[in-house]
Amino acid sequence: MESEFAIVGGGILGISIAWGLQRIGRDVMVIDEGDFAFRASRGNFGLVWVQGKGDGLPDYTRWTLRSASLWPDFADELEDTTGIKLELSQPGGIDFCLSNDEAENAVARLSGIRDSLSIDYPFEYIENTELRKLTPEIGPDVVGGTYCPKDGHVNPLYLLRALYTDFQSRGGRVVNGVSVDKIKQENSGFRLSGGVEMFAQKVVLCAGLGNRKLGEMVGLNVPVEPNRGQIMICERVIPFMRYPSVQIRQVGEGAVQIGDSKENVGFDDRTSPEVISRIARRAIKIYPLLSHLRTIRTWAALRVMSPDGFPIYQQSDAHPGAYVVTCHSGITLAAIHALVLTRWIGGEDQPKNLESFSGKRFSI
Amino acid sequence: MASVFRFSRSINRDTRLVSIQFENQVIEAREGETIAAALLANGIDFTRKTPVNGQARAPFCMVGTCFECLMEVDQIPNLQACMIEVQEGMVVGRMYGPRNPDDDT
Amino acid sequence: MVGCTAQEILTMTHKSPLVIIGAGPAGLAAADVAGRLGIDTIVLDDQKSAGGQIYRGLSDIGDNLLKVLGPEYKSGRELVSGLEHASVTWKPQATVWQITEDGTVYYSDPTGSSYLQSEQVILATGALERPMPFPGWTLPGVMTAGGIQIALKTAGLTPEGEFVLVGSGPLLLLLTRQVLNAGGKITALIETTPRQNSFRALKYFPGMLKSRELLRSGIQLTGVIRKHGIPHYRHASSLTAVGKEKVEGLQFRSGGRMHELGCSVLGIHIGVVPNIQISRHLNLSHDWQPVQHCWYPRTGPCGETELSWLRIAGDGRGIFGAKAAELQGTLAAWSAIVSLDKTDQSGAKEMIQITKEKLLPLSSARPFIDCLYAPSQEFLTPADETIVCRCEEVSAGDIRSYVDLGCTGPNQTKSFGRPGMGPCQGRYCGLVVSELIADQRQVPVSEVGYYRIRPPIKPVTLAELASLHKQGM
Ligand SMILES: Cc1cc2nc3c(=O)[nH]c(=O)nc-3n(C[C@H](O)[C@H](O)[C@H](O)COP(=O)(O)OP(=O)(O)OC[C@H]3O[C@@H](n4cnc5c(N)ncnc54)[C@H](O)[C@@H]3O)c2cc1C
Ligand code: FES
Repeated sequence: MESEFAIVGGGILGISIAWGLQRIGRDVMVIDEGDFAFRASRGNFGLVWVQGKGDGLPDYTRWTLRSASLWPDFADELEDTTGIKLELSQPGGIDFCLSNDEAENAVARLSGIRDSLSIDYPFEYIENTELRKLTPEIGPDVVGGTYCPKDGHVNPLYLLRALYTDFQSRGGRVVNGVSVDKIKQENSGFRLSGGVEMFAQKVVLCAGLGNRKLGEMVGLNVPVEPNRGQIMICERVIPFMRYPSVQIRQVGEGAVQIGDSKENVGFDDRTSPEVISRIARRAIKIYPLLSHLRTIRTWAALRVMSPDGFPIYQQSDAHPGAYVVTCHSGITLAAIHALVLTRWIGGEDQPKNLESFSGKRFSI
Repeated sequence: MASVFRFSRSINRDTRLVSIQFENQVIEAREGETIAAALLANGIDFTRKTPVNGQARAPFCMVGTCFECLMEVDQIPNLQACMIEVQEGMVVGRMYGPRNPDDDT
Repeated sequence: MVGCTAQEILTMTHKSPLVIIGAGPAGLAAADVAGRLGIDTIVLDDQKSAGGQIYRGLSDIGDNLLKVLGPEYKSGRELVSGLEHASVTWKPQATVWQITEDGTVYYSDPTGSSYLQSEQVILATGALERPMPFPGWTLPGVMTAGGIQIALKTAGLTPEGEFVLVGSGPLLLLLTRQVLNAGGKITALIETTPRQNSFRALKYFPGMLKSRELLRSGIQLTGVIRKHGIPHYRHASSLTAVGKEKVEGLQFRSGGRMHELGCSVLGIHIGVVPNIQISRHLNLSHDWQPVQHCWYPRTGPCGETELSWLRIAGDGRGIFGAKAAELQGTLAAWSAIVSLDKTDQSGAKEMIQITKEKLLPLSSARPFIDCLYAPSQEFLTPADETIVCRCEEVSAGDIRSYVDLGCTGPNQTKSFGRPGMGPCQGRYCGLVVSELIADQRQVPVSEVGYYRIRPPIKPVTLAELASLHKQGM
């Protein structure tokens, strides 16, 4: 098998990059593992989220804001070509605070981010009584919340399906059930193997947690670690929740999704009753009416985390033509990855301040 | 061509008669049987309309595994009618699509 | 957020050396062994009365009903008495929704959710009816044969009007007899067993001969059907249930032409398969059975699993019938008791040996039955328009299209179109989805795998989940 670009990893990142490259006329193949692989893309929360992103790296805040504003056109295009409704909605989002401490911390963090930027960074802190006007179902334990009008959510599974559908109808190829275990540079490109042999002039590593090992093969330092998030989903209810939040959102088909923990437990994607119980308690404090809803499923997925939590985008110096693309917020950034980052990988033009995201920041 | 979807009480069980309320009618049931069984005996031909496409569904497995018999029982939505025994005065209603978030105990 | 460790939470839990999940023949037999030795045991079952699928509702069975069901049901009454030992605690209406790898069993009952800590657990959760998808099987009035039988056993009900039974397998024939005994009417019996199954099964017939009882009941049944003059169609295929708001008729092909029969109740059945929700959610290994077309959890001779504290007994381990389930329950109990180290070891080991010997002849008829009643292809890989996931209304054609988009297994199709994500958690689509993917990819089902089952196994309210936390504080 041969192509101009080989994308290793068919999660949301890999397919966003693949779709974007195919769209600007490149010849692309996506290589993905089997059915049981660790997959952040298939276990994530579905937020297109701006609030709080980029604490410590203003370029990341800008990058996130830009992706959020690209989202409506990106979704329109995919919906038009595939007929799959992505359920994108960007009404703004609320981060609920259950104590004064939580509220102070949230406000301090968001103000810090705003002060570090030259551009507009909209957010406001709203106290319980006022917040109630926006979302009347909240409980008395909610002290207040930070509201950011740029936040929103999407159905991440339909996004994945739409990207796959359109990518393939544009002639993109998907090689499934193959775990790449070797990448070697040859004169005009890279030979990839993992049961089958594949060849591509350029290779983009989008293998999530697998990037660490694959990166070494092409001279890239990708120090990503797993971070477990547990999520639960409740039965369908008539739509009532107007705003998504980091912990709770009502998805398009009416189910309420509640999450998510942040745990460093290595490669363990089981759920634990203690954590689920804690998540349930917090959710009931925010929206007391949730207590009567039935949980249909709980699950856990592993986030792909770099040491500072920010993305890594880099071309290898030792092996030009080998790229790595990895980040935690693959849903939020899907639009900018597909529409902007691929222009750099495809050799058209490079976004401003891309160096901020180089993995070299970890090698000092 | 076909007649109504209903079950007959072929074997007499000597348990007490109870009345339950089903969507504005009072129906007769036998103590010890489940709501689903009582509905079958009364010719109630569906228990819910699905939240996905609004299809009518009725008891299918009778052992609590298929979730087709989800009903509102004494104001609690989405309960399995095949897993709950009838009680005098119980109020039972169909589920029409997704539940309301603030219906509760 | 309030932090609180697993250990703290669990200080309030009940402890019991032995927990048995499921009060059918396997669970009851196990409880009896433990009870006789005075070992503290808790038996949980999600139903209100003990007995499992076969002996459901038999503790208070009237003589009328016993006559209808058949004399073999008497033994059910004795089995249920296994719960009467002083050291055995019986918890009806208790649904286990999660077991963690330290052996903590989470369950909910009408009072809420709780958990039990145990040293040994015996899973005896039995079988489920195999999904039998064909166009129209979601219409009201289409019910599983097992469901119709439960209505008869627990409420004395039989279908009124035109009642058609379609499918294959011993339970379908048994129900036929029981409905007739109860004075019910059957409009037609339609068997879908493919013609070639009989030839394939022939070589196992000598094994079947060893099981006189089974053979006799088979012959009797044919007589009963003939005596009642019930139209009996064989080798039927191309099923469609028709009707608008409920089932009104069944179309099918048999004897070289299409038929249509009116019906108000359609009973469907093509055998049973182990209920593997719990063993799956524990991530245990399962082996694909190519003849039976289902998964068996990987177990040792006494039902041992990869977890030292967990054994599986009965139909949940493999389909061998009620009598074998009972013996397997006995075996699992003795073997668990050996691990508990609570009794004379050599005596226990002797009991294990004796039970194993009793079990042997019971499995001899199985290859014949399995081969004869192997499901016909049209229910394994149904036509495109057939709904396979009843909860999320996903069709066979949808699944095929997800494979064409690159899905290699059921966990990927789940994320493309939600099959298996509804409240039944894949119980009625899991097998079919794996078969469809395997067929579309032209690989064995064992290579495709099964859904990753996630807790809770049965839906529980958020309040219940939250309360688990509070108890420990
Ligand atoms: C709990 C949780 C909640 C989240 N919530 C949000 C959110 O609300 N909003 C948001 O924007 N983001 C969210 N995310 C993050 C988002 O899901 C991830 O950013 C994104 O999925 C990462 O994509 P990825 O492609 O790098 O990794 P993955 O999705 O994990 O995909 C990696 C793929 O590569 C394959 N692969 C790995 N190694 C190899 C190999 N050697 N050969 C071939 N294939 C290989 C894997 O099988 C896999 O399919 C969340 C993540 C988690 C875990
Ligand atoms: S009828 Fe299947 S769950 Fe009640």
